[in-house]
Amino acid sequence: MPNYTFQLNGETVTVDAPADLPLLWALRDKLGVTGPKYGCGIDVCKACTSHLDGAAINPCVTPTADVAGREVTTIEGLAGTWSDDPDELHPVQEAWLEQDVAQCGYCQPGQIMAAVALLRRTSNPTDADIDAIENVCRCGSYVRIREAIKAAAARM
Amino acid sequence: MSLGTPEHDTQEPVQHPSREHSRRQFLTYLVAAPTLAVAARIGADGLAPGTAQAVVPSLPAPAEVLDLGDALILAAAPTANLIVVTVDDAGRVGLALPRAEVGQGITTAVGMLLADELDVPLDQVDVTLADARPELVFNQLTGGSNTIRSVYGPVRAAAAQARARLLAAAAARWGTAPSVLTVSGGVVSGPGGRTATYAELSAAAADPGLAVVVATPKPPSAARLVGTPTNRVDARRMVTGQMDYTLDLDVVPGALPTMVRRPPSINGTVRSVQNLAAVKAMPGVVDVVTVATGVAVLAETFGQALAGKEALQVTWGPGTVDGESNATIQQKLRAATLPFAVPPLLTTTVDAEFDFAMVSHAPMETNSAIADVRRDRAEIWSGLKSPIVAQQTIAAELGLPQSAVTVHVTQGGGSFGRRLFFDAALEAARISKAAGKPVKLMWSRIDDMRHGRARAASFHRIRATVAAGQVLTFEHRVASGETDTRHGLGEILTSVAASLPVGGNLSFAQTIFLTTVHSPYQLGVTTHLLNEVPLQMHTGSWRSVYSANTRGAEEVLMDEIAAKLGKDPVAFRREFLKSDRFRAVLDKVATEGQWGRSLPRGTAQGIGFHAEYKSCTACLVEVDATDPRRPRVTRATIAADVGRPINPRGLESQLLGGLTDAIGTTFRAGLHIDAGLPLEGSYSQFHYTRQADSPRDARVFILPATGEPGGAGELGVPAAVGAVANAYARATGTKPRSFPIEFPVDFTPFPR
Repeated sequence: MPNYTFQLNGETVTVDAPADLPLLWALRDKLGVTGPKYGCGIDVCKACTSHLDGAAINPCVTPTADVAGREVTTIEGLAGTWSDDPDELHPVQEAWLEQDVAQCGYCQPGQIMAAVALLRRTSNPTDADIDAIENVCRCGSYVRIREAIKAAAARM
Repeated sequence: MSLGTPEHDTQEPVQHPSREHSRRQFLTYLVAAPTLAVAARIGADGLAPGTAQAVVPSLPAPAEVLDLGDALILAAAPTANLIVVTVDDAGRVGLALPRAEVGQGITTAVGMLLADELDVPLDQVDVTLADARPELVFNQLTGGSNTIRSVYGPVRAAAAQARARLLAAAAARWGTAPSVLTVSGGVVSGPGGRTATYAELSAAAADPGLAVVVATPKPPSAARLVGTPTNRVDARRMVTGQMDYTLDLDVVPGALPTMVRRPPSINGTVRSVQNLAAVKAMPGVVDVVTVATGVAVLAETFGQALAGKEALQVTWGPGTVDGESNATIQQKLRAATLPFAVPPLLTTTVDAEFDFAMVSHAPMETNSAIADVRRDRAEIWSGLKSPIVAQQTIAAELGLPQSAVTVHVTQGGGSFGRRLFFDAALEAARISKAAGKPVKLMWSRIDDMRHGRARAASFHRIRATVAAGQVLTFEHRVASGETDTRHGLGEILTSVAASLPVGGNLSFAQTIFLTTVHSPYQLGVTTHLLNEVPLQMHTGSWRSVYSANTRGAEEVLMDEIAAKLGKDPVAFRREFLKSDRFRAVLDKVATEGQWGRSLPRGTAQGIGFHAEYKSCTACLVEVDATDPRRPRVTRATIAADVGRPINPRGLESQLLGGLTDAIGTTFRAGLHIDAGLPLEGSYSQFHYTRQADSPRDARVFILPATGEPGGAGELGVPAAVGAVANAYARATGTKPRSFPIEFPVDFTPFPR
């Protein structure tokens, strides 16, 4: 099997994987990075949302070969993109804590990564911008997700 | 675990049962040393039904006398003494909760109870999930909105006794009386400025020779955290990706990612596998084994297991419902509906029929489990709400004694009733045994939606007779596909059968129905009857069990009865509700939600009310149905009286979750059965609520405490179903009768 080398949460990693293996499984099953979750495998539920060179991607449909030489950030590495202090969280994570968004929590890594990507595109998102986030939350935490995104936008 | 000496129960002050609510007394026990470990047992139990003022009075329904939650509490009572509070030599308070955390926030709420009772900060408390403990018998089932109701007494009693022992240990050390000591932040303070931490006192407090007076839990007026909105104790792990769900665990070296190829219709069987050698030769594939539910592919990664299972060519035998579709199921339900008792004579009749489609639980985390089955033992990890029954079933399946099967309960990524069953744990055990290897089993989303459990379809026929401004009779006949409750509920109900307020030769399903569903209104002679149609499909209780459909439909009918009587929907409910407590939550949403305010054309308000498990709630929503095919709830106001709120912040989450469920299942989310299989296979097809369907303005009001905690985990759904449907009806001028309302097959189904 070929090797692919890329930046993962600030570190250089090399993974031995078939070219078409979805990145989600390279991360979870080969590299032990379990923050991105499986929810559908077909880019519908968005539970695995992570960043490739700072923009949102869904590793469940991204071939591992496509990330070679690029920078992948999962929920585990998000805080490190904001601060070098290992105790400090990203403002979106802080907003998630303040609004007590999570219920079962399974979709929240993806929700947070989607929100961060949105805030990188627009610093002051409208309700319509937030409505465009398609990540499924089966517990129904959408009201608090909306509040947390607005709170994070105000803080950033 | 060995039980110690009972504390002196003769010194326990006598408590008189309150008229307002029941109180339970507990004997407490020291169970282990040197770590302080204290347990509680119910010593006396009084369950007093409330009273209600009559319009045209209805007799109390069974669920008003003793509800399913009461039955669960009664069944759990004999083993409540096995819920143990510990204080270790680091001063940390611990409790292994014999319940499942699937997002309800129970570890936070129980932690709050312990922190208050023991005077420690919340971050000094560790509430974990207990493994399957068969000695708990009926006291390890998470369902019926029952966790807080059932552990509220024993946890507080044991914690109070632990605190008393710690005080007694400090008093003995200092030669003073416990009564002069105070505790704050886990530090005991005495005369002369002396202090000692719980860490320093725990060993002495665990001395069985220590003389300790029986303590009673603090009164609600002494609450510090309880009743105060508190954020989840596990939230930081969730937002940093550190929370481990089953398949995130690295607990069995070499456990192989495993997926199963499933039949083209429900309960189909494997006849033969055509290309076994070819699939075994695929990259990363380690093994392929056939089990009762399909063909399992074990691989180095889930991606490769998925590719392998999709490449399998299997000849299948027929399933158990191959001839069924939504249309045939609806016909069977109609044919099975029991007749009304009251003929439509001399009075005005309001009649209606409702259909509800099947609905997937669709938790974000699909069915999953880790299993390590050896010749003489097995170990299982999974999100399990009935782990003892899982342990019993898996042991029987493997031919092992129950004691040789260890079952760990992991935190679940949602449940909504799904994890009452242990389909993945059982299947993983079978695969591990067949392959002779440990496995990490994950169901694909498509399989989880098509072969996983779902809420049964139901049909409702309702007739009310009205005259002279009153409702004289109200009859509701429900026909439903069979809801599977073989996760231990039947055994529990049998164990408390003598206490159940239902007679005759009722089925378990009818007992559950009658101990959960009742009308909160005075509607004269009121009867509810359920008849279930046996369809061999994968079903299970779905959040609020029968009530989402049964009470949701009734709330729609309440608006139609009000219209027949020429009354406003809120005024009608205020007049006919059975208690002032009910009226208070109704009035709260009517005021806060500005009932009757002017709205643009195509937009309307709707109201719903529901009471269950000693709690009640009202929901007022506004729906914009300008595009009737894509209606949206734009604003929501919810109020709830849950008896005694433990964590109002968590309750808000539960009620918002119930609203979100109602929006989805009322408008667009359901399953189309076709030739014995749901067509839906993902969230692009099963249209559960997303952000764009969710209200931008939603407020929740938790009313002050009025008694002991009621159930609240499922409370929010039925009222919101009524509110959403009623708002849609008023916005569109239609009478919704079939749910979900917008339900075309608007997708190309995945291959079978």
